[in-house]
This record gives sequence, structure tokens and C-alpha cells, in this order.
Amino acid sequence: MPKLIKDGAVVADDHWRAPEAEAEQVAQGAIATLAQWEKLEDKRGSAVQLEPGDGVEPLLPHLDEIELVTVDFPSFTDGRGFSYARELRERGYRGELRAVGAFIRDQLHLLLRCGFNAFQLADESELEGALDSLRDFSEHYQAAIDQPLPLFRRRE
Amino acid sequence: MYVYDEYDQRIVDERVAQFRDQTRRYLDGKLTEEQFLPLRLQNGLYVQRLAPMMRIAVPYGLLNATQLRKLAHITRHYDKGYAHVSTRQNIQLNWPRLEEVPDILAELASVQMHAIQTSGNCIRNTTTDQFAGVASDELEDPRPYCEIIRQWSTFHPEFAFLPRKFKIAVCGTEQDRAAIHSHDIGVELLPNETGEVGFKILAGGGLGRTPVIGSVIIPWIEKKHLLTYLEAILRVYNQHGRRDNKFKARIKILVKAMGVEAFRDAVEKEWAPLKDGPSTLTDEAIARAKSFFVSPDYEQLDGAAAEAALAEQAQRDPIFANWVKRNTVAHRVPGYRAVTISLKATGYAPGDVTDKQLDLLADLAERYSFNELRTTHQQNMVLADVRQSDLYALWQALQKAGLATPNIGYLTDVICCPGGDYCALANAKSIPVAEAIQSRFNDMDYVYDLGPIDLNISGCMNACGHHHIGHIGILGVDKKGQEFYQVSLGGNQAKNASLGKILGPSFKQEDMPEVMDKILGTYVELRTEEESFLDTYNRVGIDPFKERVYAKAD
Repeated sequence: MPKLIKDGAVVADDHWRAPEAEAEQVAQGAIATLAQWEKLEDKRGSAVQLEPGDGVEPLLPHLDEIELVTVDFPSFTDGRGFSYARELRERGYRGELRAVGAFIRDQLHLLLRCGFNAFQLADESELEGALDSLRDFSEHYQAAIDQPLPLFRRRE
Repeated sequence: MYVYDEYDQRIVDERVAQFRDQTRRYLDGKLTEEQFLPLRLQNGLYVQRLAPMMRIAVPYGLLNATQLRKLAHITRHYDKGYAHVSTRQNIQLNWPRLEEVPDILAELASVQMHAIQTSGNCIRNTTTDQFAGVASDELEDPRPYCEIIRQWSTFHPEFAFLPRKFKIAVCGTEQDRAAIHSHDIGVELLPNETGEVGFKILAGGGLGRTPVIGSVIIPWIEKKHLLTYLEAILRVYNQHGRRDNKFKARIKILVKAMGVEAFRDAVEKEWAPLKDGPSTLTDEAIARAKSFFVSPDYEQLDGAAAEAALAEQAQRDPIFANWVKRNTVAHRVPGYRAVTISLKATGYAPGDVTDKQLDLLADLAERYSFNELRTTHQQNMVLADVRQSDLYALWQALQKAGLATPNIGYLTDVICCPGGDYCALANAKSIPVAEAIQSRFNDMDYVYDLGPIDLNISGCMNACGHHHIGHIGILGVDKKGQEFYQVSLGGNQAKNASLGKILGPSFKQEDMPEVMDKILGTYVELRTEEESFLDTYNRVGIDPFKERVYAKAD
């Protein structure tokens, strides 16, 4: 199993398998593509992967039922997933939100602020150093998921 | 001007440390070229034709003497002794070494400066009117709102990887001097029917390959909603802007494709859950921002006496008188004027300034203008608060340093990008064209007689020289490996903004002064007594110009 960063620590444990995009139906234990997930009658305990362009809209009625949302970054410069994460959290999603794909260590801090709590880095050798990148900044101007109050409401 | 507290300082210091580590990892081969690219861009670093180019942020164009001296030091120590003022009021270095950029950033941080988000597909430096705070036609000073936007946009976690770059401008006057109609978002302070001042917000303006005038997204909104509304616009853009084609990725294309109505609906839908949330501005936040832009300690001066004294000095020295007439403007406080320092001397690249000049300007800002200087998007500098009684001494100092060319707003005050001499993107050189035109029109009486003319030159479609909104615009194009220049007429960046219309087939570089001569000659022939170049163009249209320029020689 690949290692990932979860809630600020490197962990090995992950029982979810990557999505199988060709399959009609989602297989047991695999993360569903959005199309597969939409066909699920029972969405409790489900895991779904959002690709750029999917949007969060279809997930919104089921946020309490989903266990894992993975957001794919096929290219690290495609920033749509940042908005997806933030919208999911703002609308009340509390499950695991995991970034997967080609994002890089230097984006971790921003991803964290947008509400991701798990990161599947493409390059596992970066994992330990990546923990430092989570803490690149100790203060921020604007509100985000990690700090719902903008600095102007906290400034003395 | 805005002064950092410990929070601001910590944020820029942590940025320097972050980029130092990224640069080290890149040099060690741990970050690929492709991965390092957006990281260095968001720290202002391009890799250009001859060397890296570094763009230093000058938030809404404000600098103090300490910062000017630091910039002088940086150009001397890390570069070749000169810097360039860009059309976004920023400062560019042409010859920094990649390995030294973290040190340059550390030097900047020590004087409350940075290069954050001066490039890359993120929210760039917010710009405004260079006469903000001193203009007599101003409804309200836009700079506190620029600072509020600066803070909100700095390292905004959601909008660091947008489809394309994103530029915001704010203005506080009806006579828009910040070109808000050609920005991704334009913000204008204005009153509603009850007299309460709020914002009009435009989106989808832009220059570049497809120039578009921005559309009004909301005609008036309470001040407190500024950030949540901007956030909603950015959220629509980040999710729906095109990412498959770099040339169609700006928000202007999205607004066109969706239609303004549908775009507005999408923004309103995103806005609904954000509205009145924690990012809603508080009265305290606005008051705090405003507290940094209060009027300096103006002396109570006798305006009439100051006028009389100045008139007397002008009488004695006509060269000084001419400079006062051309390069200074009225101030809202009696006895003061705002002075524009021309960076457009013939023989020097438009907008370039040397380390020695920067040091001198620091001294002059301290002595004559409450320690502040402004950069302008016309690539000049402004001392905004000069006592009329100091003008003569200031002028003498500027003249000695080659900074008193009396051409502000005239033909030779050319707006010009670095072009093919420096920029890797350029199709053609722009600086030599500017220089050839400045040299050809060296008879200042003729130049003054032509009246105000915005001449804008860009070396490529990216339009850093804003050629679409010049009264006369020149665009460098590549034709089978040769540099040609396309001319457009009738652009206008101010109120009633308009985009220039292409005159016709493009010209060779050596023909450009002659082409300009014909265009200007046509204007002089056709104008009525009161008409500016733009007025005449708007009355007679492009045809008479076209006929003259493309007439076959007999």
C-alpha cells in the first residue's frame, strides 16, 4: 500500500483502491469515479474521486454519507481541485478529503488550507520533507478552512 | 503608506525562507524545471532572453525613501545598476542571478517589500490611480481598498493556480486613471442614490490577444461585501475558466462565452453562501486600512501668495516655467502641486531608472514630498505632495539627473514594454521604435502643439505596453522571422474607454517615424481648434489616416 500523509503524519494504512475508470460499476473496496458513484443506490460509506471539471454539485446532497472524497490533480497547475475542496468543507463535508495525482510538495500548505486532510504524493521519497511544507506559513491574511477568521478579525 | 506589523513581516519572512528552500531544491535537482516554474513565477522570477528577469511588487505604486535606497542598492549589487518601471507600477530587474534571488527577496523583506505574485497564474499586484489621495476630482481614496485586496489575495490558498493571470484595479474618480475597464476585475468607488459610497464591480476586461472592455457585474455593492464578492467571481473563474488553451484562458473569454447574464448568475450563486460570512469587512478593518492613508502633515499655506511667487520664478526662467506647465498638476491643498518625474528622456529605454537616480529620488522624496514616491502605469514616477515654493529647487535637482524632460502626457512620453531586447516572449523590439519616434519628434513646440497623445508600444500580443488603449498603439509582429509593426488608432484608457482600431498592413521598423509623421500630419490638417488627437479621430474616423499613410507615392 502506498504511504500517505494523513492529519499531519505519515501513515501506511489505506484500504481504498484507486478508481477503475473502465468498470461500469464500482468494485468492492475501490474508489468510485463520479459516474460510478452516481449509480450507487446506497451511498453510505462510499468513496468517490473528483476529476477536474466534475464539480462538487452532485455530492452536496450526500455529504453526510460519504466516507472519502479524493480529488485528482492530473496536472499540478490545474487548480480546480482547490475550489472543490473548499466548497465541500464549507458545505459541511466532514469525512476524509484526500488530494491525489500530480500535485507537488510545495502546494501542500495551500491544499491543507483549502480543507484537504490527506495527501497521496506521487513521489514517496518526498513524504518526510513534505511534512515541513505543510507548515510553510504560520500566519495568513485570508479566511480558509483551517482558519475561518481572516486576519482583520483577529488583529490586535 | 501602509506599514507592516509583526503579522505582515512574519508572512514575508516565511515566504523568503520557503523560496530559499525551493531554489536550493531546484539547484540540487530535486525540483524539476516544470515544477519550479510556477514557484519562481509567483516570486517574480522569469527566465528571459539574456538572463532571469525579476519583477518586484510595488503595491499600488507606493514607495518610501528607505525602499528606494534599498532598490538602488539591489540594482547596484545584484544587477547592472538600473531598474525598469513596468506598466503595472512594479519594478523590474533585467540581470539578477537565479542563485541570488532568495538574497534579493530577503533584502526586500527588510524594507517591507516582496515579489509575491508579480507573475504566474494568480492574483497580481492591485493597481490604482497614481494621484490617489491628492486628486481634486477624487470621491474617496482607493488605496485602503487596494491594501485590503492585497492582503486578501496574498497567498490566497484557493486561487494560486488559476487558469491564467488575474489583474485587479481600483479607482476612486469618475475620470478613471487606473484603466479599470481593461482589467480582469475593475473596482470603482461610487455613491448609490442615497449617497452611500460603495463599489461598482466590472469583470472580464483585458488587453492581450483579445482585447475586451469589462462588463458591469454588479452596479453597486456595499463596501463590506467587497472581499466575499471578489471571492465569488474568482471561484466561478477558477472552476470554469478554460485551461485547455492558454490564449483563451483569461476571464474575459469566460464572460463572453457564458454571456454576462449567466456569468452574473453564477457569481450570485457562489456569493450567496459567502455573503455576510467571516470575510465580510468590518468597520474596524476598513478604518484600520484607512488609517495608513491619512493626509500628510500639510502646512497651511497662502495659495495665492504661492501662485504669485511661482509665477515670478516662471517669468525669470522659461525652461522652468515650461516644466511646471507640462510635468506638474494641481493639488487639492493650496500651495502644493503633484510632480511627475519623466522617465522618458530620449536615448533611454522608457521607464528605466538608474541606481544613482533612485538614490537621488529617495533624497528628494524625503526633502520635498513627505518621504513618499509613486510609480505610475505610464512608467513615470510621481512626487505627490510638493510645496510650490520647493518646485524650483526640485526642478534643478531633477534636471541635473536627466529627470526633468517636460513631456508628460505628450507624444514622447511613450509607454513601452521591454520588448525583444529583453523579453523572451516578444515578437519584435519595442525600445528602438520608441527611441526612433522620440528622436524624430524632437521639436518640442511641435509636440506640444499636437497636444496630449498616448503612444503605447508592445513587442507582442501580450500587450504589456497596453497598445490597444493608446490613442496611437504600436504592436510588434513577426512575419516569417522578420519584425514588423502594426499600428492602431483611437484607443482610450480613461472614462469611455475604447480599443484602438487597426490601421492596416504592418510596417518595417525603419518606416515607423515616417508613418507617425503622416498620422500626426493628418490630424494637424483635419483638427478644429479645440480638438485633441482623439477628438479628431473620433469625429473623422480611421479612413483619412489610412488614405494618407497608404497613399502610393507619385
